Amino acid sequence: MSVMQHIWIVLGVLFVLLNIAAGLIWVERRLLALWQDRLGPNRAGPLGLFIVLADTLKLFFKEDWIPPFADKWIFITAPAIVVGSVLLSFVIIPFAPGIVVADLNIGLLFFLAMSSLGVYSIVLGGWASNNKYALLGALRGASQMIAYEVFMGLSLMGVVMLTGSFKMGAIVEAQKDMWFIVTQPVGFFVFFIAGIAETHRLPFDIPEAESELIAGYHAEYSGMKFGMFFIGEYLGITLISAMMVALFFGGWLGPAFLPPLAWFALKTFFFIGVFILLRASLPRPRYDQLIEYGWKILLPVVLANLMITGAIALWVRGE
Amino acid sequence: MNLLFYISSFVAVAATILAITRFHPVHALLYLVVSFLAAALIFLSLGSPFIAVMEVIVYAGAIIVLFIFVVMMLNLGKDTALQEKNWLRPKVWIGPSLLVLILLVEMIVLLLTAEDTAMHVTVVDPRNVSLALFGEYIIALELAGFLLMAGIVGAAHIGKQKKKQLHRFLQAEVMESV
Repeated sequence: MSVMQHIWIVLGVLFVLLNIAAGLIWVERRLLALWQDRLGPNRAGPLGLFIVLADTLKLFFKEDWIPPFADKWIFITAPAIVVGSVLLSFVIIPFAPGIVVADLNIGLLFFLAMSSLGVYSIVLGGWASNNKYALLGALRGASQMIAYEVFMGLSLMGVVMLTGSFKMGAIVEAQKDMWFIVTQPVGFFVFFIAGIAETHRLPFDIPEAESELIAGYHAEYSGMKFGMFFIGEYLGITLISAMMVALFFGGWLGPAFLPPLAWFALKTFFFIGVFILLRASLPRPRYDQLIEYGWKILLPVVLANLMITGAIALWVRGE
Repeated sequence: MNLLFYISSFVAVAATILAITRFHPVHALLYLVVSFLAAALIFLSLGSPFIAVMEVIVYAGAIIVLFIFVVMMLNLGKDTALQEKNWLRPKVWIGPSLLVLILLVEMIVLLLTAEDTAMHVTVVDPRNVSLALFGEYIIALELAGFLLMAGIVGAAHIGKQKKKQLHRFLQAEVMESV
């Protein structure tokens, strides 16, 4: 692959991702409205699409206030970390054959490493705000994300065992005959739950639970700094959806009447829709319930899944 | 590859020095994170991507987050920074610096007199790492597993508490009625 081609892929992926993240503002509000029997934003532009523009402009023109009691530099860096780490995770996602920024042979591990660095934005943002609500949100976020990272990593190891590689391209290729959702259903559900907890989306948005903590870790943020947290969350949803598609639903594979990229996009948008449906339908659990659920139910389940998968893989290979 | 190695080594050393000399615990921990990330890049430039990623996941992504977590809960503010400042007076540094200077001179002499050897970078992929772990070093791996298990059992024991069935207000009422 030539250097120019590489640069085009990087720029293309970045452009599409940032537009999707902004566009999700509209998608989420319209879908939520649909499920709640309302209309949602429908005035500005065709189908209310210009709400994206209006929202972005509003964020840019709001006063960008740094509280005098905050730790200034950490306060400024925290929102950048979440966007940076999520965008870096997209490096390993194979959108279609040949359209991937870098198909590393440690691809899956790179994704886990970047998602574990994402914790810093919540922890530092909440701490630097020097506000009790923000600190409580940060504490909740840190423990939630560290706990669910464990299950996230373990749930993917079944897929790695069946493929024999951490390379994302190889994982998608290995699903030619059968998607991994058929052979690894438990792994998929645990990954899905852990993915919601990692992106701290509803129902697991405990770090920012607005009914108890105002806005949790980003209570002190305004303007585009808040916007970065916002965009980071939408990018996170897109990332987890894309990972689910690539790992369990055959990635770009699909019947030949659509190009591979279209299959990948369709499947990813389906899961983004599922994320939004979850927000519309499920109540938030209590904080201790979430952690208990993780360590007492998800961990044994995912370990059993790992053991059984390993045994079957050895058995099949032994014959 | 050589140049990348030296750059990341320089960042690692600088970040570690800054981590030691910061007065504020959270700032020190942030420099420590940078130091771990630099160490990960050193591993990567030496041809072991697996260890590099593990360094990021385990050290930068989990252990230091827990450190910061604890520091956050302790609510260390300006007072602790001041205390630290009083402890770390420049005078304290004189002795260690002089001794380390001797070592530095020694190292420079050794480096200058040593023969020129090229850096051999052999890339070790995850497969080789796991083959080594579950073949040659299986006993060490299992012993480490025992140690971690002991830690988990201990933590579970300390953290064990009986769940209260009633709200504390109701409990007082029950106690009174008995």
